Amino acid sequence: MNVIFYIAATIAVISSILAISNRNAIHALLYLIISLLSISVVFYILGAHLVAALEVIVYAGAIMVLFIFVVMMLNIGMEEEAEKKWLTPGMWVIPVILAGILLGIFIYVLRVFRSETSGIEPISPREVGFSLFTTYLIAVELAGILLLAGIVGAYHLGKRKKKIFHRFSDTALDENYEDD
Amino acid sequence: MVTISMEIQLIFAGVLFLIGLIGFLVRRNIIFMLLSIEIMLNSAALVFVIAGSHWMEADGQVMFIFILTVSAAEVSVGLAMILQMYHHFKTLDADALRKLRDDEKNYE
Repeated sequence: MNVIFYIAATIAVISSILAISNRNAIHALLYLIISLLSISVVFYILGAHLVAALEVIVYAGAIMVLFIFVVMMLNIGMEEEAEKKWLTPGMWVIPVILAGILLGIFIYVLRVFRSETSGIEPISPREVGFSLFTTYLIAVELAGILLLAGIVGAYHLGKRKKKIFHRFSDTALDENYEDD
Repeated sequence: MVTISMEIQLIFAGVLFLIGLIGFLVRRNIIFMLLSIEIMLNSAALVFVIAGSHWMEADGQVMFIFILTVSAAEVSVGLAMILQMYHHFKTLDADALRKLRDDEKNYE
């Protein structure tokens, strides 16, 4: 299991470096997803099973999809020439190697460590949930308020203001006009 | 059996944080800056989980869930602001936001 930790940590570091040094936003996000998946492996080894699942579902699933959605809305790196470059074999080598090592770890853990525990005493989701809704109940409610503020803020900021043009004029009449 | 010392785990989290910090300082594309902030938040959450597993407490994982909440709210608002920035300035360069005052009459 020690070896798996080191492999996963190395993949996380390498793919994070590739994520911040890549010029193409979509490629960087895909490298970051690989980084998050390998950090999830580290969480699993540390006995934090709930957190490992949350990392995959929320980070790699939801937040990264949000990023990719915005990148695609802005049409960055989606030019026709870029499309041709994606299909060259060289582009695929590093991501396939990194993801393949993670898949190998997954299969190895499933086959070899089926009956054994992972060594470090795992903290069950039941304990986490119990602590969350007793000791940290007020913090959970504050987190709910924070998420509500996030929803309202994102809706307000993401709304495009409608420009009104007069029939005989080229300039917008009122920039601050909001449609209802 | 896992016998990795806590120092190595913390060094791993520190290296991840440094990568995020370097990315934030070096890149000028604002999407990459937000992405680097995500890496940094994630490594901070990793430290909480490491500490929680070291002392056999559920508190570390609880803090991870809170950090997850904060980063989700931060990303949604940040990406909405990036969209607005792109509509106004037609660029994602963070250096384009140097001017605090609007020059154009339209924005008065």
